[in-house]
Amino acid sequence: MDLTKLTIAELQEQLRKRAVTAREIAEAHLKRIDERDPQVKAFLRLSPERALEQAAAIDRMVEKKQPLPPLAGVPMAIKDVIATRDVPTTAGSRILEKYRPPYDATAVARLEQAGAVILGKTNCDEFAMGSSTENSSYFPTRNPHDLERVPGGSSGGSAAAVADALAVASLGSDTGGSIRQPASFCGVVGVMGTYGRVSRYGLIAFASSLDHVGPFARTVRDAAAVLQVVAGRDSNDSTSADVPVPDYAAELEKPVKGMKVGVPKEYFGAGLDAEVRAQVEKGIERLRELGCELREVSLPHTDYAIACYYIIATAEASSNLARYDGVRYAFRAPGADSLEAMYHTTRGAGFGAEVKRRIMLGTYVLSAGYYEAYYLKAQKVRTLLYQDFVRAFEQVDALVTPTAPTPAFKLGEKTNDPLQMYLADIYTVTGSLAGVPGISVPCGKSKAGLPIGLQLFAKHFDEARLLRLAHAFEQSGGFDL
Amino acid sequence: MELTREEIAAVAERKRAAYEAVIGLEVHVQLKTASKIFCGCSTRFGDPPNSNVCPVCLGLPGSLPVLNRQVAELATRTALAINCQVREQSIFARKNYFYPDLPKGYQISQYDRPLAEHGRLEIHVPTGGAGKKTRKKRIDITRLHLEEDAGKSLHEGLPESEAKTYLDFNRCGVPLMEIVSEPDLRTPEEAYAYLTTLKQVLEYIEVSDCDMEKGSLRCDANVSVRPVGTEKFGVKTEVKNLNSFRYLAKALEYEIDRQVALLESGGRIEQETRLWNTQAGRTEPMRSKEHAHDYRYFPEPDLLPLVMDAAWVEDIRRAMPELPAAKEARFVEHYGLSDYDAEVLTANRALADYFEATAAKAPNAKTAANWIQTELLGALKEAGQEISRSPVPPQALAELLQLVEDGTLSGKMGKTVFEKMFASGKSARAIVAAEKMEQITDAGEIEKLCGEVLAKNADKVEQYKKGKQALFGFFVGQVMKATRGQANPRRVNDTLKKLLG
Amino acid sequence: MKITRKDVEHVAALAHLELREEEREHMRQQLDDILTYVDKLNQVDTSQVEPMAQVLAPSRADAALRDDAVGPCLPRQQALAAAPDADETFMKVPKVIER
Repeated sequence: MDLTKLTIAELQEQLRKRAVTAREIAEAHLKRIDERDPQVKAFLRLSPERALEQAAAIDRMVEKKQPLPPLAGVPMAIKDVIATRDVPTTAGSRILEKYRPPYDATAVARLEQAGAVILGKTNCDEFAMGSSTENSSYFPTRNPHDLERVPGGSSGGSAAAVADALAVASLGSDTGGSIRQPASFCGVVGVMGTYGRVSRYGLIAFASSLDHVGPFARTVRDAAAVLQVVAGRDSNDSTSADVPVPDYAAELEKPVKGMKVGVPKEYFGAGLDAEVRAQVEKGIERLRELGCELREVSLPHTDYAIACYYIIATAEASSNLARYDGVRYAFRAPGADSLEAMYHTTRGAGFGAEVKRRIMLGTYVLSAGYYEAYYLKAQKVRTLLYQDFVRAFEQVDALVTPTAPTPAFKLGEKTNDPLQMYLADIYTVTGSLAGVPGISVPCGKSKAGLPIGLQLFAKHFDEARLLRLAHAFEQSGGFDL
Repeated sequence: MELTREEIAAVAERKRAAYEAVIGLEVHVQLKTASKIFCGCSTRFGDPPNSNVCPVCLGLPGSLPVLNRQVAELATRTALAINCQVREQSIFARKNYFYPDLPKGYQISQYDRPLAEHGRLEIHVPTGGAGKKTRKKRIDITRLHLEEDAGKSLHEGLPESEAKTYLDFNRCGVPLMEIVSEPDLRTPEEAYAYLTTLKQVLEYIEVSDCDMEKGSLRCDANVSVRPVGTEKFGVKTEVKNLNSFRYLAKALEYEIDRQVALLESGGRIEQETRLWNTQAGRTEPMRSKEHAHDYRYFPEPDLLPLVMDAAWVEDIRRAMPELPAAKEARFVEHYGLSDYDAEVLTANRALADYFEATAAKAPNAKTAANWIQTELLGALKEAGQEISRSPVPPQALAELLQLVEDGTLSGKMGKTVFEKMFASGKSARAIVAAEKMEQITDAGEIEKLCGEVLAKNADKVEQYKKGKQALFGFFVGQVMKATRGQANPRRVNDTLKKLLG
Repeated sequence: MKITRKDVEHVAALAHLELREEEREHMRQQLDDILTYVDKLNQVDTSQVEPMAQVLAPSRADAALRDDAVGPCLPRQQALAAAPDADETFMKVPKVIER
């Protein structure tokens, strides 16, 4: 039995009947990481001691025949923008190279409370800014389906780890598509809950009004199990919602027949790769076969989403990244003899090119004389984009779109053209701006064998329906890899 | 152009009267909470440096602010006390700037939608001249908003202070409210009166310690001058660091004189921030960068709008303690005090409470008011003691006043007893009993004593009867002497008159 | 051209970001491209539209507030541990000359 290919349910069944120990499961994953990760490069850092300690705790529970928590013994990987106590958390940036947080993010604490075994921290674009994981200060991560290609980003390490069976599930963060787009590129399931569904406490901020923590897994059921644990009100995050979390596993079993699903025409225009279009159209056809009522809808402001997103996200980022000043933690550029020099050289040397570009853009759009023309304008367009979704959801229960306009691209292909890189997020940023939940599920492959993702959106806090529809699609077969 | 002190004094002396100052105050008040505005760290003053810090107030990556409910409550109480309109939804914003004691690189503060606006405060301005006359003036309040304090930069006195600045983040995240007045103040005295009245209100409603030495009350001023009789505002400067009542008026006087002298010498006033230098006794320009004032405010996405709904505001309004102005009016109305006495006795809540507790038990409220103002406040001042720690509690003072009222003690004896009470903490009755100080009021005994005195001085009685009326005082004196002052003087008078026919 | 070299230098100063000489023109060019792209927002009539700073979930008015209770702080040693320059009590930075 290959312990690295099991679902959460299978793995727990094995544990319960004592066919394997949590330690064996953890060790099998660490061994696979040892063999595979030198090529994939999904992990920045492993935490084997913490993992084995947790596995031992689970094994003691099994021995004592205690009831097992929902993620008992499940090996997981955590994106490096999420704080882990005493385990270096760098956000993929040199400026945090030596930083060890004195606390756990709420999502991490909840996972461990639920029995998950944290294997280590995964690579990402610096401060989650990017769509390919090439902006990591350390090294790029490779797509397990083609090592010459990117895994997507910014949560590329978390997506690749799950795709390559280095972990059963993982946490990523999504600000404009950073979970859904790499899920699509790597052929796994990635979920962004409603804004406020999962606590951001401990998530190193990129753009606070858009940042989400969410799971990657190989099946919708597994993703739902992880979301179940991390979702819900957290008193440490003012923006986390006080909205009850339904039993997602139970919701998966409900029928999808008669569900109204909208197809927004703006997502199928120019720029959509022909193979992606063909696969997604097949996927839509399958939804019809499952009994869904499909209808065309319009999200008329879609074309403005990227512009709107890059203004708001960079404005917030320019402020969120002001704290990396060389005073309280981590990196300070050596040799500065004045305060001003310390700030400038620390930040000049500590941040990579994309981060600097976004800090510059964000500072510019907030600066005196430009605030109204850029930042305020973008906030108003955000209102329109939000209303697009609200209106669409007056007609339908869910929306179906491609996750990304293309399959995974080659390393280096877009690194010199920031704008082209930004356009890789064209179908994902809309949902981020509107704060609705979204999911990417595998929707077959291109001829070259590259995964293609199907994206679904649902109403605010209606993750149950989103997961149910994705699960039905996945279970209908023929679209897996 | 910076003029010297002497140059300023020389010009201002002659030209001061031709100008009018326009002053607005920005007062930062630390709210009296146990924990910080956005995290659970203690706000205690004087703890070891960097001991009251956590991921949130240190601005560690991933940490998030959560607003302290008590902060909203205390600030709203203040807003209502100074007649502001409380916004149903106020918004926190980020004020972006770099400073080593500002951990996040931005301060969370309210900006275009503050907690409250459009308030007013009535102040008493001394009218000058002799006496205790004041006139009332209404000062409008622009806004009241919430913000977090920054940490503390220590520039001197530490091992590497030559080359380094040391940082203590304990203060970081301490809750502040900023109360901004309209430019309605015209003189340093008015500014002083405004700050005094504001402090009095804040102490009454128990929202702040208002301790300037501990930094829980801080004041900046916007100052400009204009020729008397003109409407247009002059260029203003912001004077910072007015952190004691003692220096507030001095600093404002200096800055007004400086502006007058500068204008009179053909100079131009720069719109700038100046710092009051206590040692040098002058305001000095702050060195600032040309881009330092682009704060790039935008709404703080980590916090929700602060919603003060009508029900909550009403609860706060209902629980509002009586404010100084209302109390003053009530003291006049209910106890029949003079305006001046009422103003003195309501200067702070502890004193007012003391008065009311005394008046409740004392035979006469006005007498109580007099005794508190002359005897008690004098003794407290001499002892350097707060009224809250008075060795003579209100009931004890009321008991003493009762003894004076019923004639057990003469007024003069009462004052002696008060001194002993203040020194020993004993009750009036205990002192009177122990020292046999009771006044002799028994008619028979007084008559006997008077008879004895008259008998002993038969010659003088003779002279008196022949018309030397002045000797009456001598007889009284002799009776008092014989009783060591304990005889009731009025009765002695009456008895002597009777006996002398 | 939407943004000049001088703008780039001003913004870099505001952001306290050192840009090497050779970075500046490249940065200017890229920012110019992006700003030109985002200009498309001006095609949208927003005269009747309220700005949106965050997506708010329905909740009680004071749901996001905390009680005024003192919680645990970081031990000082831990608070100072990550600082690049600190003694046992304070963090340190190069001398601040302003003030």
